[in-house]
Amino acid sequence: MSAMVVLLCASLLVALIFLFAFIWSVRNGQYDDEYSPAHKILFEENENQSHN
Amino acid sequence: MISSAKTNSSGKSSIRNPTLEKTHKFCFHCGECCLTDDIIFEGKNFCCTGCKSVYQILNENGLASYYTLNDHAGVQQRLQKHTGKYAFLDDFEIAETLISYREAGQAHVYFTIPTIHCSSCIYLLENLHRINPGILRTDIKFAEKEARIIFDENVISLRQVVETLNRIGYDPHLSMKGSPSPKKPNRSLVYKIGIAGFAFGNIMLLSFPEYFSSTVSQEIYLGHIFRYLNVILAIPVFFYCANIFFISAWKGLREKYLNIDFPVALAILVTFIRSLMDVFSNTGNGYFDSMTGIVFFMLAGRILQDKSYLQLSFERDYTDYFPLAATVLSNEGIETSTLVNKIKCGDILRLQNGEIIPVDGILLNRDALIDYSFVTGESVAVEIKKGDKIYAGGKLLGGIMEIQVIKEVAQSYLTGLWGVQESELKKTTHVSFVHKLARNFTLIVGGIAFTAGIYWWYHDVGKIWPAVTAVLIIACPCGLLLTSTFANGFILRLLGKNGLYLRNASIIEKFSKINTLVFDKTGTLTSPEDIQVTYQGDELPGLEKKLIASLAKQTLHTFSKPLLDFLQVHETEKVANFKEYPGLGIMGEVENHQVTLGTNIFMKYESNISNTKGTMIHVEIDGIKRGTFILQQTLRPQLIEMFEALKKNTQISLLSGDEPYQPELFSKAMGEDADIRFRQSAGDKLSYIKHLQTVGKVVAMAGDGLNDAVALKQSDIGICITDNTQRFTPAGDAILEGDRLFLLPLFIKLCKDTKLIIQICFGFSLLYNFIGIYFAVQGKLSALVAAILMPCSTLTIIFLTFILSNLIAKNMRLRNFLSGKV
Repeated sequence: MSAMVVLLCASLLVALIFLFAFIWSVRNGQYDDEYSPAHKILFEENENQSHN
Repeated sequence: MISSAKTNSSGKSSIRNPTLEKTHKFCFHCGECCLTDDIIFEGKNFCCTGCKSVYQILNENGLASYYTLNDHAGVQQRLQKHTGKYAFLDDFEIAETLISYREAGQAHVYFTIPTIHCSSCIYLLENLHRINPGILRTDIKFAEKEARIIFDENVISLRQVVETLNRIGYDPHLSMKGSPSPKKPNRSLVYKIGIAGFAFGNIMLLSFPEYFSSTVSQEIYLGHIFRYLNVILAIPVFFYCANIFFISAWKGLREKYLNIDFPVALAILVTFIRSLMDVFSNTGNGYFDSMTGIVFFMLAGRILQDKSYLQLSFERDYTDYFPLAATVLSNEGIETSTLVNKIKCGDILRLQNGEIIPVDGILLNRDALIDYSFVTGESVAVEIKKGDKIYAGGKLLGGIMEIQVIKEVAQSYLTGLWGVQESELKKTTHVSFVHKLARNFTLIVGGIAFTAGIYWWYHDVGKIWPAVTAVLIIACPCGLLLTSTFANGFILRLLGKNGLYLRNASIIEKFSKINTLVFDKTGTLTSPEDIQVTYQGDELPGLEKKLIASLAKQTLHTFSKPLLDFLQVHETEKVANFKEYPGLGIMGEVENHQVTLGTNIFMKYESNISNTKGTMIHVEIDGIKRGTFILQQTLRPQLIEMFEALKKNTQISLLSGDEPYQPELFSKAMGEDADIRFRQSAGDKLSYIKHLQTVGKVVAMAGDGLNDAVALKQSDIGICITDNTQRFTPAGDAILEGDRLFLLPLFIKLCKDTKLIIQICFGFSLLYNFIGIYFAVQGKLSALVAAILMPCSTLTIIFLTFILSNLIAKNMRLRNFLSGKV
């Protein structure tokens, strides 16, 4: 049954990693602006300079 | 031509006229209907040269994607700009107040840019460096409409940065308060819910084996590990996540008041202690999952309820309305930009068309037209004669004006309006029915726990502790708190979807109690866009109509469109020698006829304002007076129906700062019983509201101007009406979009129904509580029963509040979550 304890620790560890990732992303401001990132990805970086 | 009382600065909300739609093109830049066909560039029509030049700037800099991301993304450019508007930014002191941070020649500045509205805006602003290489980087916060701009001070100045923004139509909002400092959003609730969710999930997982194995004895040590892990996971939830409930309950206790958080805090505390004792005395695994679950769901409700509208400001004062600086003229005639609060008595100011007068003064150079609608509620621009006194807050229409300062900003009449406020205003604090319900509930639960305790005292002393604690755990009024937070959260969003933005959730209940509604006239019941044209004078033959229409089409003035609609002329002729005198009139030659349109002053007629029912525009053809167009503001659409609905159970009044131009229009719409008063000053409005409150009325006031500001604050609910949420509104409890005003009766009803929703859902949660108490008083409440009951009741409540609030909104034909986009 000691396998159970190991698995338990592993699962808790994984959960903790996700909790940490969540807090990190919030602190990083990733949820502050829900509008612009979704649209920014559609902007073309280096479009040609021709008119239209 | 006289300028309209108010112009809509964004132009986005203009209503397209179907008759114009067929014959006219729409501006490629801003989507406005083009009044002239002459402004064309690269085969694209523009409504004004401003829009065209923005297009050219963007095209030259390879930013044409701006138009492919969104059609007609641009900001309307018709309002005339004048160079030197931002000259004051060259002033070192002013620039210092705006620049928030410097590093190695790079300056960081934060601006609020009210015109940010779509992804094209983000695209353009984040590519500012292509237009002006001195700008190094721009970051946009869309929801806040805020931009952080980093620029190289060695290459460009702050003024050039702002002028770059100005050229493309994204003027930042600069006020005496300085630039907005980067706000630190309060994220503690989010951290708390994250940790509570993590603990809740893991504790549930770790509790499963205990619930489902009858023979724990086989793996005693494993069971112990599970239990102690639960304790460890629950500790941060108890001490960190739940602390807002403890703090709130403690605050209430100190004021000798049992608020809704008290029973919740008590339940969490009892659950935690009971569970710890169970674990350490080795008698069970405690109720940690119930406890963490409750904390998690209650935090979720709190986040939902604390919705804030970042782009709106409910706390504005006059400093937001005033310009940051004004042009002061020295004795030698040199113009210098000076911070508004540094302007001294005796200074001479030079103001441009459209500028707001920051101080009280005497008009020096010429007669001028001033639009005071926002300050006094007067819908018609006022003519001020040379040498007359002029008050702060008015907007100059047309031309350049010079005034001598007689009172500084801090002493001006307008600033005085704010002065009366805070100290004199008194509002009654009110206690939500939810709190009263919670207090009764707590007392009843306490009674049940006590009775159960007494019973077991006589029968089995050992069961007192488990029975009493179990009652307190299971009968926690979390259901009530959850219901009210979720219902408020959903209703708040539903109202927002329909154009009513509340400052916070507590306004919902206040809203439901309104029994008296006071309306302002100008800007509230009438809108600057709903203009009705009437004509007095000689009958106009078709030819003359065509001549007038041809001339009117040449100007970009706001009155051009209603006039063209009125004339119903589709074909127009070319105009020669067209001349426009801003704020006064226009003239030109059409088919060899000299046509002139203009105001009293322009036509040099004797002015007789007492007869005016609206703005008068006279027309002369070949020097002969033909007649007068009278432009009147009309009621916003559907307001008659609104009054009809309101009359049934609400007392309605109209307080206008204006002259009684069309009293019959309002008395007809508002009914016999309505109290209609004209020529009301800000002070009159305040005392009227106070009077209503002393006779026990719950007063809501809807207004938009500075003259309503004090009355809005005094009334139980101040509703600011705005046609453009970016524009300045006085401080209030709610902001309502002008074209949604007619929904007001439904909004009140929806807020009333919120109480019903809370009661129904609370009834359901009571059902679960009864089941729980049945087990609890017997001392038989197992952790399993608690763990099933708690999430069941919570999810039922969340689901029910969501469905009920949507169904009610749907029944009222309001926009709701289920209907998606309308």
